Amino acid sequence: MKRSGMFWIFITPVLLWLVLLIFLPHLDLLLLSFRGDASWTLDNYRNFFTEPIYWLTFVRTALYSIITTLLTLILALPVALYVTKIAKPGLRGFLMVLLMLPFWVSELVRIYGWMILLRESGVLNYFLQSLGLTNQPVEMLYNDATMIMGLVYTSMLFMVIPLVSVMDSLDNSLIEAACDLGASKICIWRTIIIPHCKPGIVSGSIVVFMLVLGNYLTPNLMGGKNSLWFTEQIYNQFIASFNWNQGAAFGFLLLVLSSAIIWLGLKLTGQRLGELSS
Amino acid sequence: MPLTLTLLGDFVMKKVVLFAVFLMLCSSAAMADTLQLLTWKGYAPKELVDKFEKETGIKVEATFSNNEEMIAKLRATRGAGFDLVQPSQDRISSVQKEFKIYQPIDYKKIDVGQIVPSMLEAVKKNTLVEGKSYAVPFCWGTSGLVVNGAQVKGATSWKALIDPQYKGRISYRLKRPALIGLGFALGFDPFALYADEKGYAAMLAKIEEELIKAKPLVKNYWANGDQLLESVRAGEVTVAEAWDNGAWKLHDGNKDIDFVAPVEGALGWIDTFAIPAKAKNLDAAYKWINFIMKPENSAVFTNAEKTATAAKGAGKFIDPAFQANFDRSYPQTVIDKIKWYPPVPAKLEALEGKVLDKIKAAN
Repeated sequence: MKRSGMFWIFITPVLLWLVLLIFLPHLDLLLLSFRGDASWTLDNYRNFFTEPIYWLTFVRTALYSIITTLLTLILALPVALYVTKIAKPGLRGFLMVLLMLPFWVSELVRIYGWMILLRESGVLNYFLQSLGLTNQPVEMLYNDATMIMGLVYTSMLFMVIPLVSVMDSLDNSLIEAACDLGASKICIWRTIIIPHCKPGIVSGSIVVFMLVLGNYLTPNLMGGKNSLWFTEQIYNQFIASFNWNQGAAFGFLLLVLSSAIIWLGLKLTGQRLGELSS
Repeated sequence: MPLTLTLLGDFVMKKVVLFAVFLMLCSSAAMADTLQLLTWKGYAPKELVDKFEKETGIKVEATFSNNEEMIAKLRATRGAGFDLVQPSQDRISSVQKEFKIYQPIDYKKIDVGQIVPSMLEAVKKNTLVEGKSYAVPFCWGTSGLVVNGAQVKGATSWKALIDPQYKGRISYRLKRPALIGLGFALGFDPFALYADEKGYAAMLAKIEEELIKAKPLVKNYWANGDQLLESVRAGEVTVAEAWDNGAWKLHDGNKDIDFVAPVEGALGWIDTFAIPAKAKNLDAAYKWINFIMKPENSAVFTNAEKTATAAKGAGKFIDPAFQANFDRSYPQTVIDKIKWYPPVPAKLEALEGKVLDKIKAAN
């Protein structure tokens, strides 16, 4: 097919963007990851599998990301249902704005907000102590539970929005009919709402999983001393150890392994990526 | 922001340079004379930046960073993008040998009369690569302990960082100074072991073991200076590894908190000026060095940041409060004991990186 001049004028910025800012740097990283001191080598990849600290960190990061994704999903489903089906239409826009409001400030600011609330000399401890619930301040920061809470908080929106958009198209009369026929709430969720929302659940989960896996700030600041996240290891390789080759290899391992986890997740739940767009 | 993006950013930069060149050709007429300065937070006080612009017409655009990121940024662009950077003197020569990101300093263009001669000589010697030196000293200080004297008695050694009696109140930065300090405390001489990779690895193994064993005692590993100051001020941390200037800032608010130079010797650093290989505005870079090293200007920096300057004759412009802090923390005997960082060989940083990862990952 013959393209007109206008087509090329409009497509050029996109192509330049993709090639210069995405394709070339990745290619550069890929080449870097196969370089040793002076020659081509697979050592950088071998290190990942032979050094327990590296792959254990990855396993930990992946497991926590999966847990975070599941928690986010469980919290986001009722929120999305409330926004689309239960809230009055006038209230709906307001609720969506409320959901988005925290995202108008940067992640760093949000995390520091949580740290001010939760720290030993923080707001929450002040109230607990003045209510007489504890006499000793409790350290609520720097543990895995807090870290996961922070991660769920930062990813909520990315789960709620796809869910809201699929729930919009759910016909109310289906739920009404189920109620009339005496179906229980659990039954309605299981047989009507969740199957209908599948595309939203899958795309939301993928986005949240990738965001959490690639997060750096939240685990680092809220997780504290035990929270080595895989991204931090990549950062350390690049910045602290000056070992760009190793860091590049870790970067690609993160890409490949996280894609593999998503592929596995889709297989296990019987989904196909192509169906998401429909 | 996901880390991968930031890292990609650095790679992207050199591709973007092509773009930038193109854009600059279009807009060069509108470009003012600017100095791109890559430095530490606080090293370019606004007062001095404004004064410099008024005197020379050159605008200073400062980017704040730390040693590791400065090196990574310059490495990604092969020494382009900045006109002047301020790494520590021990992190220059091995980086220069490996990556060639700096250009030699033309000391004829520096007003050397303004700089403490012994410091200039030391920095010249430590940054010597193939017969040329690469840095000019700017300021100096030490890493030691910040201690809250009201709650902590007898923390005078680096060993305080692994002392069970301060359980839950200890903080340090999981970086080189903590390793080196503890190395001295455990009876090693890390700086002598720089030349002996095996011996250094054995020392690191011992330190790793100690730090992992003492990990339950740690409140947190601080990542930025403000975070540490905040936790010490709030009383959540009572003994921490810190820079002298941070400790003095705290002392001004609470007299119980003060800097303690460990008995093994505080770790002395000198931050410098170095010029990247592809700096565009060399003239502005030298002008800024000569400007900020004037006694009255360097005193402005010292008074604001509570960091000792390498400028000569700044004494009469220095705030008496700073002088009092300095005299209290650094009697001559303490100064004589300071362990100055020698240039660090590149291989050792990879070893250290792994040890630090292991400590962070341990439970």
